[in-house]
Amino acid sequence: MVESKHQWKAWIYLAPAIALLLVFTIWPIFNTVRMALLENYSGLKAAGGATFAFGFGNFTKVIHYQKFITCMKNTVLLCIWTVPISTFLALLIAVALNSIKPLQKVLQTIFFLPYVTNSIAIGMVFAAMFNMVGSFYGTENELIVTAGIINNLIELFGGQAVNWINYGSSYMANMTVMIVYIVWNALPFKILILLGGLQSINKQYYDAARVDGTSRRRIFTHITVPLLSPMLAYVIITGFIGGFKEYTSIVGIFGETMGPADDAGRLNTMVGFIYDALSTNSQGRASAAALILFAIILVVTLINLQVSKKRVHY
Amino acid sequence: MKVVLQNLTKIFPSRNKKSSEEVVAVNNFNYEIPDGKLIGLLGPSGCGKSTTLYMISGLQKPSSGKIFFGDDDVTELSTENRGVGLVFQNYALYPHMTVKQNILFPLQNLKKEDRLSKDEMLKRAYNAAKLVQIDNLMDRKPSELSGGQQQRVAIARALVKMPRVLLLDEPLSNLDARLRLQTREEIRRIQRETQITTVFVTHDQEEAMSISDYIVVMKLGVVQQIGEPQEVYDNPCNLFVAKFLGTPPINVFNGSIKGGKLFIGEDAVMDVAGVADQNVIVGIRPEGFILDENGPLHCNLRNLEVMGRDVSIVSDNAASVNPIIRSIINADNKIDPSKKCVRFSIKPHKIFVFNQETEERIQVEVK
Amino acid sequence: MSMTTMHERDMQQLTAKQRVVKFIVKFFVYAFLIITALTVLFPFYWMIISSLKSLEEYRLSVPTFWPHKVLLSNYVEAFTAANLGRLFMNTLYVGVVSTILSLIITVLTAFAFARLEFKGKETLFALLLATMMIPGELFTITNYSTVTQLGWIGSFKVLIIPFLVSVFYIYLLRQNFLQIPNELYLAAKVDGTSDLKYLWKVMVPLSMPTLISITILKMMGSWNSYIWPRLVANDEAHRMITNGLRNAFRDTAGDINYPVQMAAVAIVSAPLFLVFIFLRKYIMSGVSRSGIKG
Repeated sequence: MVESKHQWKAWIYLAPAIALLLVFTIWPIFNTVRMALLENYSGLKAAGGATFAFGFGNFTKVIHYQKFITCMKNTVLLCIWTVPISTFLALLIAVALNSIKPLQKVLQTIFFLPYVTNSIAIGMVFAAMFNMVGSFYGTENELIVTAGIINNLIELFGGQAVNWINYGSSYMANMTVMIVYIVWNALPFKILILLGGLQSINKQYYDAARVDGTSRRRIFTHITVPLLSPMLAYVIITGFIGGFKEYTSIVGIFGETMGPADDAGRLNTMVGFIYDALSTNSQGRASAAALILFAIILVVTLINLQVSKKRVHY
Repeated sequence: MKVVLQNLTKIFPSRNKKSSEEVVAVNNFNYEIPDGKLIGLLGPSGCGKSTTLYMISGLQKPSSGKIFFGDDDVTELSTENRGVGLVFQNYALYPHMTVKQNILFPLQNLKKEDRLSKDEMLKRAYNAAKLVQIDNLMDRKPSELSGGQQQRVAIARALVKMPRVLLLDEPLSNLDARLRLQTREEIRRIQRETQITTVFVTHDQEEAMSISDYIVVMKLGVVQQIGEPQEVYDNPCNLFVAKFLGTPPINVFNGSIKGGKLFIGEDAVMDVAGVADQNVIVGIRPEGFILDENGPLHCNLRNLEVMGRDVSIVSDNAASVNPIIRSIINADNKIDPSKKCVRFSIKPHKIFVFNQETEERIQVEVK
Repeated sequence: MSMTTMHERDMQQLTAKQRVVKFIVKFFVYAFLIITALTVLFPFYWMIISSLKSLEEYRLSVPTFWPHKVLLSNYVEAFTAANLGRLFMNTLYVGVVSTILSLIITVLTAFAFARLEFKGKETLFALLLATMMIPGELFTITNYSTVTQLGWIGSFKVLIIPFLVSVFYIYLLRQNFLQIPNELYLAAKVDGTSDLKYLWKVMVPLSMPTLISITILKMMGSWNSYIWPRLVANDEAHRMITNGLRNAFRDTAGDINYPVQMAAVAIVSAPLFLVFIFLRKYIMSGVSRSGIKG
């Protein structure tokens, strides 16, 4: 509204942000594309004066690379398990929380607690809980001192102890631990958003439904879920984006070996792949993988948006 | 400090990129606001009155034309250097500051040479607060004040730096009816006491008429008429001004002039010697009717509204532009409510004749 | 008939059966919530009691749910074993410096986008928002080369400067600034205020909750950062706390002195919990608008 002839003033306010963005955000976008399109580009070799041919070699190599396929498989598996489970659990918890009065605030706080944690640090706690202490560490005749609290609990309920993360553990067992940890970590954000959504639904809808004699189940499926659908779409999309960038939670539990001692790298993810390529100075390969990751995230997001356009009510 | 507006024009570029239509918010405004007077800028919404106010304040730059404070050309001067006080419609008090801090704020912004000592600032702030009678509320936050009190704080904040010109943007529109009456007297009093040239904007003609020394009636960016309130009311220059001023509003009829007589329907209501035969629009103020059994104007009586001192006669007539005609007469006049027809004669200085095309006033000789 | 009497009649009309159903439903809802809440809390509980046990007690084949003897020596050992003091100072330094600088840049930029007029404002803002879609890893690859060429590897600069601008924070604050009525800005202009003074005296105080949210999120970000510091500043003098923790306890499975490790984890987690307890409302409001962890 105030008309100022001093447009340059605005640019002074913007200058620091723009300068930093140019160097650390805008330039990297172009440079990543450039490096991905130069065959076998390596920062180290480029500094030594080497030149690289233009081509799509980095992409074809990456997608045929066994390690990349493993990483991709792990990432996708983690996504398709953790997103639905955590969303469904979060929805149940949010609806339950919304229906009670006493203890609501306390429980809400407890459910948010995992959000304010360090995923490496708490990953180490999960590792401790799942670890079979003193067993399977390469030597056959080492004594099992204790099975770890999770196995203790399983045995308490009459189950069989499982080798979750130690030497010789199965891929299935490893993945189960990862899914439990990631879901535990993903719940707070989803509960917060969904509960916020529930609390903003006008109570009159519920009163109207009650007057019409609608059953609890129908109220849930015909009123709550549709009115909550924008929030659900939001947590699902952000859940997928987060899932495709999974990395530190695995480092937290398995350490930088990204797998049990006898099969390092078994649980590596796409982000892990990018960093591995980067630390061996294969920037071309890292860039190609990063662009593939971006493309996947973009496609998943677009699909989600497309579905929610049809499904999200209003 | 007189304020001179010279060919003041404001053109807004069109919002829509495709059409090149511009909006002329203020069109060639010329006026010299006399020193120490209270001026009401009056008109319906979108008439350019607020834009004019903002141009005087410097918040908006004119597209062309000049503004002088006294002899200083301030057209190019930015707001903060103009020394104006502005009271916003919603007061725009800083919500996180106390009343005292709000009033002190403009003083703390003064540049080095004008800078006051702390004690001087406080004294000025308390004086301003006393003037608007809020010196007992200095430590409250705006949210703890009523609308009327917030209004006073806003005025105190505008006055504290002793502005060259005080500007008020719809100052009363957020107050309830009773407070509005009280506050407008208050504004009048403060203006008289401080003798600061004041311009205020309103769409409420009663408000403008009651306190202004001069009113400026605007329509679609164009000044229609400027003058003392009573003068403008008694002598509107066109149909718009006549309709805009006065409550209840003026009664409008389709009429004609034939052979030196003014006709409303079949009734010849007035002699208008020397005016050519033509169809015209006739306006009669509600207080311009006289109940007269032999009066020329015939109307169908609908009902009577007794309002103590006055009686409002609601009637209709085929030539009336509006469905009803409202006339106000002294309650001493006895009317039989069962009568079908009322007859009026008209006070000649309360009837105005307008050109049917241009809606400009046709001056007729009043006998 | 008033609302209350209608409700009272409503209550009376509940049959005994309906009341039983209602009670059972409530019971299951609470049972479900309390059990899940305990499950969510369990890792924290296990971390704390493990950190207080002796190694022998930790290894008992029948686990104890409260230490026989509460042992604080694990904390002392963890503190020295992982050199936590140094890591704390490093992280605090990076966190405080980058938060202050980031806040200044965010406030200036958000103000320009919210209140100032300049050519291409909308386009530029849309462009900034678009960059939020791109995964950070894509930037990291080039930024790693950039900071290497600048010779910043193994310094605090490299941990601070590349992340000073957050488009998300700018967006958050701009939205907040836009909610402040424009009249306040006009009033301040009439009162003779410069843009900078208005920003400092009016906009900033009025946006405190958002600024506090940003501060907390940014500090948490430094505290939890792992990947970038590992790449560029993994030396003793500049190491961040999460990296230090992971480096000091490389093994996660096998025969490990877990009580000490859990004590270290508890020490690293403690500041986060303290911040959470005292500033929960700011964290939750910041997070509910973000979807970005730390």
